Amino acid sequence: MSEEYSLEIVNPEKSFLSKNDVTEVVVPAFEGEIGILKDHISIISFLKPGIIKIYSKSGEDSYYVNDGIIEFKNNNLSILTSLIFNLKDIDKQKISEIMKSAEEELSKSEISDQTKYLLDQKIEVLKSIN
Amino acid sequence: MASLDDLKKRISSVKSTQKITKAMKMVAAAKLRRAQESAEKGRPYSEKMNNIILNLSNGISDIEYAPKLLSGTGEDKVHLCVVMTSDRGLCGGFNTNIIKKAKIFFQKILDEGKTLKIITVGSKGYDQLKRVYGDNIIDRISFKDSKNVNYFDADKVGKIVIEKFEKKEFDVCTIFYNQFKNVITQIPQEQQIIPLKTSEEVENSSEDNYEFEPEEDEILSNLLPKNISTQIFKAMLENSASEQGSRMSAMDNATRNAGEMVDKLTIEYNRSRQAAITKELIEIISGAESL
Repeated sequence: MSEEYSLEIVNPEKSFLSKNDVTEVVVPAFEGEIGILKDHISIISFLKPGIIKIYSKSGEDSYYVNDGIIEFKNNNLSILTSLIFNLKDIDKQKISEIMKSAEEELSKSEISDQTKYLLDQKIEVLKSIN
Repeated sequence: MASLDDLKKRISSVKSTQKITKAMKMVAAAKLRRAQESAEKGRPYSEKMNNIILNLSNGISDIEYAPKLLSGTGEDKVHLCVVMTSDRGLCGGFNTNIIKKAKIFFQKILDEGKTLKIITVGSKGYDQLKRVYGDNIIDRISFKDSKNVNYFDADKVGKIVIEKFEKKEFDVCTIFYNQFKNVITQIPQEQQIIPLKTSEEVENSSEDNYEFEPEEDEILSNLLPKNISTQIFKAMLENSASEQGSRMSAMDNATRNAGEMVDKLTIEYNRSRQAAITKELIEIISGAESL
């Protein structure tokens, strides 16, 4: 029996990535990383800033996401995100831009604990890939 | 009667206007294709988003604990209307159609004694509304600088709306935009985004039991603000395709009219030239006869 299932990543502008041969996807869910294999129970969750790792027959890919929602159903995984890019072709300048705006946001006083947590995460992840 | 020189000048000026409208038509046609493409590409995102929200809101058992963005504030007093128009003119009835639709809605709200607040997106809408509803306009946004419709602009509008909602500045939010049907037809739309209307038939609900992480209501309260931005983004995409389509057909008409006008003027020019020649001939002949 094959261990593969299909994955689709969409962002508001277009369908970013569509694959039929993924074996495992690790996503940075809000309460910790989740690895999704074939025949996982149907799940809806949302993502914090982090790295999505995609393992497929053709190799392994990593993407940075800013936020997102995932839905897994009938061996179809959909990831909706507003900002995503491949770690292979990252743009250092863009990263530092995002980081800067996140730091600015963080310095504001009236943010909730949750946004603070998300921003901290974002900066940490960006630092690690930069 | 206009002299020959005047006619000549008019013909050449109409011709150069025709050149401009022709160029604008072609530019609009090229842009339209791109706008249509991106509208199509953007569709999966908003559809998926809608689906997930439908599934989630079914999972919520107690409506009282549902996030306010979904269930509303329970009141219906203050209406916020987001009117989305273009930043540029010369696009036929595009802006006027949206404004017309919006004005009917405004009147209805004011007649019912409710409070009306308006946010305009795009400078043309503001220009048309400021005279009558100037006091109601609480904010105006324009994206003149960004060349293409992008999600971050939509997100900005979405954040403004949500911020105002959280401050309890309004109860119901409706957006106005043009839906692109084809080049000739654009349908002005009003769409209520807060509280969210889940009017669509719920499919595939009972059989799937989703696992949620974290809890449904927490996901939902994170998802709904995003959905607002997504809906606005969708409206912006539809709007930009409609704008180009409308401009294209308007400029096509203008080019054709200019062509007709040139024909008419040329006939008039030829006639008066012939009349001048005939007059001269008669003068010469009658002069020769009298000798």
